[in-house]
Amino acid sequence: MNMTSTVAGIAPVPAAAEPVERSPGFWSGVVRKLMRDPVALGAGAVLLTLILMAIFAHQLVPSDPYATSMLKRLKPIGFEGFPLGSDELGRDMLSRLMLGTRLSLFMGITPVLIAFVIGSGVGILPGYAGGLVNTLIMRTIDILYAFPSVLLAIALSGALGAGIGNALLSLTIVFIPQIARVAESVTTQVRGRDYVEAARASGASPFTIVRVHVLGNVLGPIFVFATSLIAVSMILASGLSFLGLGVRPPEPEWGLMLNTLRTAIYTQPWVAALPGVMIFITSISFNLLSDSLRSAMDVKS
Amino acid sequence: MSTGISIEHIGAPAGSDRGGPAQPLLTVNKLVKHFDLKKSFVETLVGGGKVVRAVDGVDFKIMKGETLGVVGESGCGKSTTARLLMHLIDPSAGEIVFNGETVGSPQLSLREYRRQVQMVFQDSYSSLNPRLTIQDSIAFGPQVHGVPKQEAVTRARSLLSRVGLEPRRFAGRYPHELSGGQRQRVNIARALACEPRLVILDEAVSALDKSVEAQVLNLLMDLKEEFGLTYLFISHDLHVVRYISDRVMVMYLGKVAETGPAEALFQEPHHPYTRALLSSMPSMDPDHRTEQAALAGDPPNPIDPPSGCRFHTRCPLAEAVCSQRVPILENRNQRETACLIHEPGSGHSLAGTAIHAS
Repeated sequence: MNMTSTVAGIAPVPAAAEPVERSPGFWSGVVRKLMRDPVALGAGAVLLTLILMAIFAHQLVPSDPYATSMLKRLKPIGFEGFPLGSDELGRDMLSRLMLGTRLSLFMGITPVLIAFVIGSGVGILPGYAGGLVNTLIMRTIDILYAFPSVLLAIALSGALGAGIGNALLSLTIVFIPQIARVAESVTTQVRGRDYVEAARASGASPFTIVRVHVLGNVLGPIFVFATSLIAVSMILASGLSFLGLGVRPPEPEWGLMLNTLRTAIYTQPWVAALPGVMIFITSISFNLLSDSLRSAMDVKS
Repeated sequence: MSTGISIEHIGAPAGSDRGGPAQPLLTVNKLVKHFDLKKSFVETLVGGGKVVRAVDGVDFKIMKGETLGVVGESGCGKSTTARLLMHLIDPSAGEIVFNGETVGSPQLSLREYRRQVQMVFQDSYSSLNPRLTIQDSIAFGPQVHGVPKQEAVTRARSLLSRVGLEPRRFAGRYPHELSGGQRQRVNIARALACEPRLVILDEAVSALDKSVEAQVLNLLMDLKEEFGLTYLFISHDLHVVRYISDRVMVMYLGKVAETGPAEALFQEPHHPYTRALLSSMPSMDPDHRTEQAALAGDPPNPIDPPSGCRFHTRCPLAEAVCSQRVPILENRNQRETACLIHEPGSGHSLAGTAIHAS
């Protein structure tokens, strides 16, 4: 188009062909900052170990996690053949904890991921549109948000029936409003920035503005919030299993193990506490990593 | 359909004027913007509730190739006027005529108008997307208007070098890696990328330190010459406005108090408000230092502006008639003044007399 000819007041610069010094992008900066953060490295190492353990659980377990033994029930930590003791059916705790990583991580991460995708969309739309659209969508979400999350998860799971699929579904439903709220508030903030105004002033369509100027600036903060929900999701999933609404025996899952071992709390308190310790370690690692991610993504620091 | 029109316009040479140089590039007629205050639910249903009269019937013209400076205290509606001109907010009433055609009419779509009018914001940091490289930020506007990516990037780089930033070093950088002055140069390049005819500079140099401010001002004046631009220059800094403007418009509480050629207006202000505003300018001469604040207190609340002339509550020459009669902005020898003193037969005791001596 002859737009160029009108600009041509400027001397033609052979720029397009020349290589341009490219600054490292935003995300490589974030990674660089995380690599210098000992807390992030520690938490990341723990999570990596857990993930590897989950993937290779069947190869790594020292003995069959399903093999019961009436003679060796509730043995203490360090008992011969049972490095971390045995549970109420005489199964090896170490093997069950290792295999339990699979379901526990899966139950922690999947609902958050699905809710991140759906919740971001549900939140960015009213955040950018504002006005009546915002009021309609956000007030609807507030209705869901008004229930305490534990209560909502239990009620939904109870209504849908026990089982992993239903537990995942109910957890996803619990997290969508939370993520949507954050997405909406971050988007509302970004929408007021001058670069969005400038893009509107240049005549770009709302879709283009969201794609080019909004998404890149809101997905990061939403993602950070979502990672902090993984710990909550794990605990809620454990709670559902504890109530018999999630994973069913004999599948090993930390929440369920905590439930079945609670009768042994006086005879073998250390063994009974082990699944709780695993939940604690995992959730605190996710929380620490998301905190580090948040500060690494702050450009001005 | 709009694409067909816009290509035609893009192709048109820069001097595609209607009505020649005598026709204003931009005419603003009775522009009004009232912001609703937060209403209760009942008020929303019944109507009513209070409004902030941010811009309350503003008329002005910008001639082709001139720089119109806009001054006034904070809250007088300068920035709201700029945002109305950009159509970032919708006016409550009034019309904007650009190059002889009403904005939003079939002859001049909003999209095409937006290409021809661009804006530079005060905050150089928040006006650049932190996730985009500088060349991508500049190339965004032309791409919106259908310029292929490669060509838009080429244009972005040549503009970068034009505003004094070596493209090879800066094109691939992110905004946080630049200084405030460099960022504001990028913002100017971004505004020019769509080849606008009118550039609105809303406090564009106010956040820069003095030496950088001077460089950017000179750059703006060079660019104006080179690309045949017209500027609307909003600032609270009277010295800067006097330096850069051909004509100056003084606003008070959502209305125009006075307009006139910059030198004449600064030499001999007509409106009492202008006079007060100018006397608040610090002088370089210690014998002329300002001993007393010319204007005491804050401007009145724009929710409930004073009746009659809005300045009468603070005006040293106010009389009873000033609170009853609204002065009309009228053109007398290049000068427009909305003051009853300058309106013959208005009822003010000084009406018609030359008060310029004071």
